[in-house]
Parts: sequence; C-alpha cells; structure tokens
Amino acid sequence: MTSQPRKQRIVVEDIGDIAVVNFVDKKILDEQNIQMIGDDLFRLVDELGRRKILLNFSNVQYMSSAALGKLIRLHQRLQSVGGKLVLCGISKDLYDVFAITKLDKMLSIVKDEPTGLNSF
Amino acid sequence: MNDRQIREEFCIPSDLGEARRVQDEIEEALQSNRFGERDIFSIRLALEEVLVNAIKHGNQMDPGKCVRGEYTVTDERFDVRIEDEGPGFDPNDLPDPTDPDNVERSCGRGVFLIKHYMTSVEYHGKGNVVTMSKLRNGASEE
Repeated sequence: MTSQPRKQRIVVEDIGDIAVVNFVDKKILDEQNIQMIGDDLFRLVDELGRRKILLNFSNVQYMSSAALGKLIRLHQRLQSVGGKLVLCGISKDLYDVFAITKLDKMLSIVKDEPTGLNSF
Repeated sequence: MNDRQIREEFCIPSDLGEARRVQDEIEEALQSNRFGERDIFSIRLALEEVLVNAIKHGNQMDPGKCVRGEYTVTDERFDVRIEDEGPGFDPNDLPDPTDPDNVERSCGRGVFLIKHYMTSVEYHGKGNVVTMSKLRNGASEE
C-alpha cells in the first residue's frame, strides 16, 4: 500500500511550557487545510496536554472566516481547561480582519513572538 | 490611459479546488490591471467567502450542481456575479457577528467580511445570486 504522508501544515516548537506554532501556508483558506490545521492544534491540547499556545502568524497573508471560527473554538477549548491562547506576528491587513469582526477584543493578540512568550 | 478590460465567465462544479483556481485566475487579472496589494487582499478574501458559501451552503457540496459566475476587471474596478443552485438565503437573517452575544458563533462572519471589504454587495432573487464590486485603490473610502 502506498502511504501518502500528510503535508505538515504547522510547525510546533516548544519553548519552556509554551507551544509556539508557525503556519506553513501563506493562505489559510482551503477548508481541508483549515480542518487539518484545526485537528493538529486541538491535538496539542487534547492529546499532548499543552495549555499555553502561541500562534505566530508572521508567514500568513490571508485567512478566511472558517479559520477564524477554528481559532475561536481553540480559544474556548483552552479556556475550558485553564489554558491560554495568544496570537502574534499578525500583518496589518490580517489584523484588520480580527478588528472588523471584533475578535481582537476576544482573543489575546500581541505584536511579536518575544512579547507573546512573556504574556502567559 | 488605456482602459484594459478583462471579462470572463466560469462554470465550476461544487469543488473547493475549482474555486481556488478561479480565485487565482481573478488575482492574475487584477494584478495585470495594476490593482494594489490591499485591494487584491480584499477581493481575494471576499471571493473566498462567496465561493465557499455557494459551494457548501448553496450547493451543499453536490458534485452534480455547479457555480456559475462572470467577472470584469478594468483599470478602475472589479465586478463579479456568482450564482449557485441552492435554495438561497436571506442575508438580513444572519446574526451580527460583532454583537457580543454572537461573537463566538461562526454564522454570519463571512458575509459580514464580504460587506466590509467590497465597495458594494447585493444579493438577488431568493439569495442564491450575489453581485459585488470593488473600486480600485480604495476609491470607495471617504
């Protein structure tokens, strides 16, 4: 049987007890990608027991409302287990998407990774 | 200045990969008409939301149903019309996603973003047809 290894969508680096996540894709639009990214992120919480997650969006250019929905659910999941989600490295255009939808009020968004690491 | 007009029609099956191909084609047309990065960001985001809505919520991913559309790009503006074969919907029935009571619900956020990023957006008939426009260089903004 030929196995088709699933393309890695996120890169996770552990810095202390914080899981720092970088995204491989510049465009987080495709439903399948969003589902896979969501599965990987939820696995960090549910299977690997991570409670502090820092998402670094430096590489991300576009994101759809479906991806925003996934972030909200990840935020809720972490809150329910006493964890915390922080977002950083968001471009001006992308930040506008969060601001327009008022998610900047709900989610913890900081400028860059060093600031994010100090915000837990 | 030459008014270069690109006008194309498309008819794609209910397939998100096909939707991506149309978006790439439109992005190329916008770039060739010298739309700026910010306008392209706005249009790309709105197209993603509209096409995903048409394929998922309109056609229910039914491979036997298609999404038809046509778009025009000039030096001044981008116009697009997209039609699915679904039952339609009333965009006024969607909850305001910025209301604190709704902010955790996904419903309505896509249409909200479309309306924000495009110069004009109109749903027609039973709601399965949408037309939207974007003036180049943020000409819509005061």
